[in-house]
Amino acid sequence: MGRKLLLEHIDVPGIETFDVWRKHGGYLSVEKALKNMSPDDVVNEVKNSGLRGRGGAGFPTGMKWSFLAKPEGVPRYLLCNADESEPGTFKDRYLMEKLPHLLIEGMIVSSYALGANLSYIYIRGEYMWILEILEKAIAEAYAKGFLGKNILGSGFDLDLRVAPGGGAYICGEETALIESLEGKRGNPRMKPPFPAVKGLWGCPTVVNNVESLATVVPIINMGADEYVKIGTEKSAGTKLISACGNLVRPGVYEIEMGISVEEFIYGDEWCRGIANNKQIKALIPGGSSVPILPAHLITKLATGEDRLMSYESLSEGGFATGSMLGSGGFIVFDEDQSVVRNTWNFARFYAHESCGQCSPCREGTGWMQRVLHRIVNGQGNMRDIDLLADINKKIEGNTICPLGDAAAWPVAAAIRHFREEFEWYVNHPEEALKRNYGMLKNTPTTV
Amino acid sequence: MVKVTIDGIEIEVEEGTTILNAARMIGGNVVPPAMCYYSSLEGSGGNCRTCLVEIAEGSTRDPRPMPKLMVSCSTQVQDGMVVKNKTSQRVHENRGAVTEFLLINHPLDCPVCDQAGECHLQDLSFDHGGAGSRFEEEKRTFEPIDIGNKIKLHMNRCILCYRCVKVAEQLTEKRVHGVLHRGEHAEISTYIQKAVESDFSGNMIDVCPVGALTDRTFRFKSRVWFLKPMNATRECKKCPGHATVWMFGEEIYRVTGRKDAYGEIERLDGKTAWICDDCRFETKDPKQWNIEGPRKINRHSVISQNHYEIPNPLKTNVKKSLK
Repeated sequence: MGRKLLLEHIDVPGIETFDVWRKHGGYLSVEKALKNMSPDDVVNEVKNSGLRGRGGAGFPTGMKWSFLAKPEGVPRYLLCNADESEPGTFKDRYLMEKLPHLLIEGMIVSSYALGANLSYIYIRGEYMWILEILEKAIAEAYAKGFLGKNILGSGFDLDLRVAPGGGAYICGEETALIESLEGKRGNPRMKPPFPAVKGLWGCPTVVNNVESLATVVPIINMGADEYVKIGTEKSAGTKLISACGNLVRPGVYEIEMGISVEEFIYGDEWCRGIANNKQIKALIPGGSSVPILPAHLITKLATGEDRLMSYESLSEGGFATGSMLGSGGFIVFDEDQSVVRNTWNFARFYAHESCGQCSPCREGTGWMQRVLHRIVNGQGNMRDIDLLADINKKIEGNTICPLGDAAAWPVAAAIRHFREEFEWYVNHPEEALKRNYGMLKNTPTTV
Repeated sequence: MVKVTIDGIEIEVEEGTTILNAARMIGGNVVPPAMCYYSSLEGSGGNCRTCLVEIAEGSTRDPRPMPKLMVSCSTQVQDGMVVKNKTSQRVHENRGAVTEFLLINHPLDCPVCDQAGECHLQDLSFDHGGAGSRFEEEKRTFEPIDIGNKIKLHMNRCILCYRCVKVAEQLTEKRVHGVLHRGEHAEISTYIQKAVESDFSGNMIDVCPVGALTDRTFRFKSRVWFLKPMNATRECKKCPGHATVWMFGEEIYRVTGRKDAYGEIERLDGKTAWICDDCRFETKDPKQWNIEGPRKINRHSVISQNHYEIPNPLKTNVKKSLK
């Protein structure tokens, strides 16, 4: 069995209640941090642990914390980004649903480290039932003296609130999240200034993913020195992976960084291989925004070494032969699936979710979506494929926020690795319309 | 003061100046086009991405080039920064790309658009647009919305620069218009179709870089290049009364604010001389205005082509050789 740091007690009945959580070692990190450590000690501990942000970009959490400006007399805020909306990613949902106290515990310790006296969990609007779970857990934590004034007699005050979003993917971008929390339209802000200097209501703010904040708990409990021993040199610790697609056993798994991709897909402990004895065709290792990998690059790197589940190994070779760990949305395609149709589906998602603020993303995502829609429906031609490649090159890097890049990368990678499939759609329009993607017979496939 | 080099021209500017404003101090060809930035509207800029420039050297302290193109309207200059605008191939390509993006859903109805002749999108596509379009799809369209009897909203032409939203936010008391929906369906609209009625809402027309917001009292009256722009002033209780009146013969066809070379309303005594709706829509009798004289419109070629001072080629050559 791989080592579990976050999901260790997930199967204990009643773990979502304070008492059971406390019995299984809950809130020990709060006691340790507030009683024996200074805020800077906590920041240094997280820095030394090498924890990288679990939300997608993989930016070192400790470094993000150390950038926080600390002017006198200005409040600071910690925001938890629970606006998990990436297609293929559902790890935060599982964690918050089952272990709400783990997140609250992580937020208390992190708020203490950053000197924040008011923290928010910004949760996506579709997760309404989790909002209730969290609010119940927060009420318990208040009742037991872990939230509120003078926590554990340390003199540290913390209020924790949950704020629901309105169901926009863009509000997972940290500055759009801040705008939305302020009650405005969720448009990303221009950077600089970064939130660490000017964030929520103009005050220094840190925005972290749910899993990053939860991981602070085991780091404080076991110490950074112990934590870095888990995983690989550049990707310490464990990571939640939400595996989906044509797998025998899809689901949320906690893996130690550095197990091989082959073991994760085919191992008995994990996904147990591809469903219905099919062959694997492609893999998206980190949620819909990251480049797709073709079969020959999934388990092996271009250099012939094994590909591992870690930040550095998955991005080995750059975008030419690699991808990204991203948010851990592990999407597997079997041989019946169509990369072209899937790319259209993602393009449709990004066109729908673009905020409409800056021109390349607003116009470009819609354009790509339309061209792909035409190709999937057998009305494409060869120059459309080059046109697509050109459009995404022109969106990438020219937008305010990373949504433009996230929309461009999957299309670019699909054309890079599966160009012949795009050509097949153009050359066989009739067959393309009849294709049924391994679904039940008579399922309509036109879109 | 910090030193910055733009297209090989060095200039000293105050700290905190943006690259675009530094370029405007130099003037001429090095100024990147800006469709959404408007210096007197706080928080504007960053949306249209036409002012992207390449930063070849970040600063004296850290001379590394910036990997991405930066928007010059919101990037502040650093000491020793080297910026490439006209001289960068990457900038040309990406500005062309942005122009293409802005045009794909634009109706291209210039022949019937009141803005034609003073449209920034026309200027931009003249400088950076392609000869044809690669967009074969049906263009996105919007249901027309009536926002009152003074201002005509033509959402299909809009490039979502957000300037008018900032005008509504910053100049008028009750904001009744903003942006609805998102992505390519995002549209400027009034809340539940409420008419825009405020003393200064007409300034939306002046800030609009395209023909999305036009003057209903001037609608289809004349092409702008057939009119004589005249500087004029008038006593007004609400505004400085500092305007340009557009005349045809002895008649005033329309009134606008006085715009500078970048399409921005000029400043008067340190304040932007926004004009009120009374001056703009109700005061069309030449007797009500004190007409000072013809106004030169610099940037928009077709309007005042006859007012251009054509430089004497012989003279400039002599000057160059003397140097």
